[in-house]
Amino acid sequence: MLTEFPKNICRIAMLLALPLALSACGDDKEIIKEVPVEVIVEVPAPIPDPVDVSYAVTITNLTNAQPLSPVAIVLHSSGHLWQVGEVPSVELERMAEGGDNSGLLALGIASASSAGPIAPGGHETINVTIQDITNAKLSVATMLVNTNDGFAGLNAWSLANLAVGDSWTTTANAYDAGTEINSEASGTMPGPADGGEGFNAMRADTGYVAMHPGVVSSDDGLSTSVLTSMHKFDNPTIRITVMRTE
Amino acid sequence: MKKLSPLFNLSVLSLLSAPAMSAELDISIQNLTQGMYFTPIAAVAHIPSASLFEVGAAASPELQMMAEGGSLDGLATIASAISADVLANPAGGLLAPTHVTTGTLMTNEGNSVLSILAMILPTNDGFIGLDNWTIPTEAGTYTVYINAYDAGTEANDELRGSGMPGMPGMPVPPPLEPMLGSGGSGVAGADASALVHIHRGNIGDDSMTDGKSDVTNTVHRWLNPIAKVTVTVK
Repeated sequence: MLTEFPKNICRIAMLLALPLALSACGDDKEIIKEVPVEVIVEVPAPIPDPVDVSYAVTITNLTNAQPLSPVAIVLHSSGHLWQVGEVPSVELERMAEGGDNSGLLALGIASASSAGPIAPGGHETINVTIQDITNAKLSVATMLVNTNDGFAGLNAWSLANLAVGDSWTTTANAYDAGTEINSEASGTMPGPADGGEGFNAMRADTGYVAMHPGVVSSDDGLSTSVLTSMHKFDNPTIRITVMRTE
Repeated sequence: MKKLSPLFNLSVLSLLSAPAMSAELDISIQNLTQGMYFTPIAAVAHIPSASLFEVGAAASPELQMMAEGGSLDGLATIASAISADVLANPAGGLLAPTHVTTGTLMTNEGNSVLSILAMILPTNDGFIGLDNWTIPTEAGTYTVYINAYDAGTEANDELRGSGMPGMPGMPVPPPLEPMLGSGGSGVAGADASALVHIHRGNIGDDSMTDGKSDVTNTVHRWLNPIAKVTVTVK
């Protein structure tokens, strides 16, 4: 799509024969003279074709009964999508309460989403491509949908040391966005265990991100919970394998 | 910067890689939980042949004192006896959920491993533990995630009570006072293992006035890892 340029800056000297009109004063006769002029044209430095740097990110759901909302794979240059102890962004809150990853995806230089939710025990490979940058940060985020505002993810892991063909595997823990109380009550969680509300702009909890304390469930003493022992989880909650493919 | 001769560089490197040199460490400890507190923290650099706690071994009276009541006095006595270097109570009291505390520790030659301990509230005898972590000799920043242990010295009845060693119940310092329930009948929580083990977690209940536990089940639970330790070796 980009024009091919010569490899080096070239100076092109052109000899142009310019007709110059010189009028002689007080004379009716025009004298036509040709004067050589050198015109130097600077050709801009060639712009190399962008090089695709691609990763295949495989996400495996390790839980018993917590489907993962569409997983956000975000490549960014600096910063964090969240930090324990800090106030979460609205983009994070939308994902953690309602499974909507569009805000987080928009934060990346490049990003990609899984095609849909990933069921317990299931896995999906998501391809993401960034151009020319081999030291991007990788963040992964997905809601545990049978929770109020629980999510799993990887935060700003540097891809700088991953060469083509290399792969790296890790597991990730569960976090709590701190934006919605873990009531586990009917109508408060978007997953299939409840079918309740997703994102709600009101913030009613600690207000900062922490690690998730786990769900309690009605089987374990929270009488108003619609969750059962089926929905309990422990760390780690997901497995992440990153392979650099080009 | 002045250039050093290659020979000199080599001698510096060999000094740095000696296992038992003194070091300057910046130590950060973050409480990763949403609702648990840590009592005053002890970060102790000591000789590798000593140990402040050992999974699968009975707790010492000094460890018990820390795990049941948050007192660092006993551990300080041990540390002094083994000529350890101690960073005591960097947070100046309780470390609240998600908060970070940082301190500097100068270690003497031979004190090549690091242990970190603090009681977890509200629990009966739960504590965060880093056990004889080898301090890297190469300058850099290192991150370690640590787990919650049970000292095995007190039944996990999850009731308000005492922080004195051997006395039942949990100490309830001021910031926790309004967060805990009361009037619980007591979780049947005698430890099957009287040895130090990974904490099985709080049960809690959903009543502030009765039920089995004085702990709130949606707030005072956690999953490991419970704390993040960041050590910068200078």
